[in-house]
Amino acid sequence: MIIDLTKFISVEEPFWRELEEILKKLEERQYLSMNLEETERFHYLYERAASDLARLGTFASEPETRRYLESLVGRAYGEIHESRQKSKRFNPFTWFLVTFPQTFRRHFRAFALSVAITLVGVVFGGFALALDPDAKAILMPFEYLQGNPEDRVALEESAESDRLAGKKANFSAFLMTHNIQVAVTTLALGVTWAAGTILVLFSTGVMLGSIIVDYVRAGQTAFLTGWLLPHGSFEISAILIAGQAGLLLGRAMIGTGRRQSLRQRMRSISNDLVVLISGVALMLVWAGFVESFFSQYHQPVIPYWAKISFGIFELAGLILFFWKSGRTPSPTASQAEP
Amino acid sequence: MMNATRLNSLTVRTPEGITFGFLLASPVIRFFAYAIDLACILAIFSAFRVIVLVFSIASLDFGIAIQTVLLFALQIGYGMGWEWLFRGQTPGKRLLRLRVIDAEGLQLQFSQIVIRNLLRAADSLPALYLVGAVAAWFSPRGQRLGDIAANTVVTRIVPIETPHWDQVLAGKFNSLRDYPHLEARLRQQVRPVELSLALQALLRRDQFDARARTELFAQLGAHFRALVVFPPEAVSEISDEQYLRNVVDSVLRPRRK
Repeated sequence: MIIDLTKFISVEEPFWRELEEILKKLEERQYLSMNLEETERFHYLYERAASDLARLGTFASEPETRRYLESLVGRAYGEIHESRQKSKRFNPFTWFLVTFPQTFRRHFRAFALSVAITLVGVVFGGFALALDPDAKAILMPFEYLQGNPEDRVALEESAESDRLAGKKANFSAFLMTHNIQVAVTTLALGVTWAAGTILVLFSTGVMLGSIIVDYVRAGQTAFLTGWLLPHGSFEISAILIAGQAGLLLGRAMIGTGRRQSLRQRMRSISNDLVVLISGVALMLVWAGFVESFFSQYHQPVIPYWAKISFGIFELAGLILFFWKSGRTPSPTASQAEP
Repeated sequence: MMNATRLNSLTVRTPEGITFGFLLASPVIRFFAYAIDLACILAIFSAFRVIVLVFSIASLDFGIAIQTVLLFALQIGYGMGWEWLFRGQTPGKRLLRLRVIDAEGLQLQFSQIVIRNLLRAADSLPALYLVGAVAAWFSPRGQRLGDIAANTVVTRIVPIETPHWDQVLAGKFNSLRDYPHLEARLRQQVRPVELSLALQALLRRDQFDARARTELFAQLGAHFRALVVFPPEAVSEISDEQYLRNVVDSVLRPRRK
């Protein structure tokens, strides 16, 4: 027996209690900050408790005190050794205007890859439909796309009543939730070493490519552009960004080219994944509104030029946002010099 | 530095060389916690439907839209919200004494909570969390895919009460101290395992019911009384529990040099 237990406990107990009180406060208040003196005291108490635990480790007859100290040291360890930046109070404007576009740009290569995979799908889908028009049911598994595009356009343009009357909000909510679910799945499937994400992006591309070819061949390019561009500029971009996040996750799972453990790789991208998918959700809320309240109305209700202009305006705004927003102005040569 | 075994425990070794552990929750108990949470989601949704009905009176279209968004927000946000507010616990986990923690014993971050909950989309494929269950089964730390990506584990909370040190630190009168030569013999005779037994019995005295406690202390008392026989005037007036306390005090008390 290397310690006098009675004396040991009577001397150390007040320090353990003090540490326990500080931990309780820290756990109850997410944003509690301590001044230097308090931090030093907290650190001292942690080290003292850790040292007590080490000393008590040799004293087999005291499991209860050992468990108590283990619990204290474990809780304090989490607070003291956490080197990741503690989240500051959330500012939605800063997050949207700075954090989101910056995160997007930081992983632009993953976005480019996401676009490339989708484009391969577009080309494949387009060729497949051009070569075998009977494959439409497989390439575009939606009932309203199965018929002849000219018939659909004629029907939409001659509609005398609003077919979405009394259903617009409901339809909009359905689109938002469904598309967000698709985006989340696209991200989540990154955990399959990105295979699932690639599959989702490719199949999205296939569908898009076959729709484009089907309508362009039928001479309905204006209808198609006016129908897809207003909501598609946000919706398709959002799915591509979800793909970007999924590819990032997949890359972290595979871990090529980095001398880091899986845990370190995951830790380095986790904040970025959350930022990207949250931004995607916002974009899809907007896309849901536009698709339900705007995209579904065609000429003569809304002229195609107006719909296409609106879509182009949105797309240009989106590109500008991701390109410029949140950039710190680069110092000019004269400013940079000491 | 980490070390995990298949014994359902996770050991964290700090840079200072201190080791502490967590008990990992089994996939089965996690499934039960999830079932409770699912019931909670339905209950919350049912409660909110009253509000939805009010909206529906004004506009049926708007009411259904609110209902769709609400159900979706509950499905996605329920786990995230509770785990963030209650440091890794949802009501289901709280009830079954489970907690999500960082796999390295560090603070659970918001991004970790979001990722482990979003990746339920992959874990729940193709149905009934089959992918998640298979992943948890093969993972040494019982992690589903969401936990692997978020670097989290689900642990079982063992209630830790402050030990009853007053039982050892009572400082009550020890009648054996009047017989130092017999105390010295006692220190020689008592084996560590016997001392541990006596100490634990004293520390946990309040956890036993009265009858069991009396029987336990009687048995231990008889055992220790037989090891070294003290004069009747030192031991006859004291209870078995007090006798044990005296024995522990005599053995653990530092000897004067």
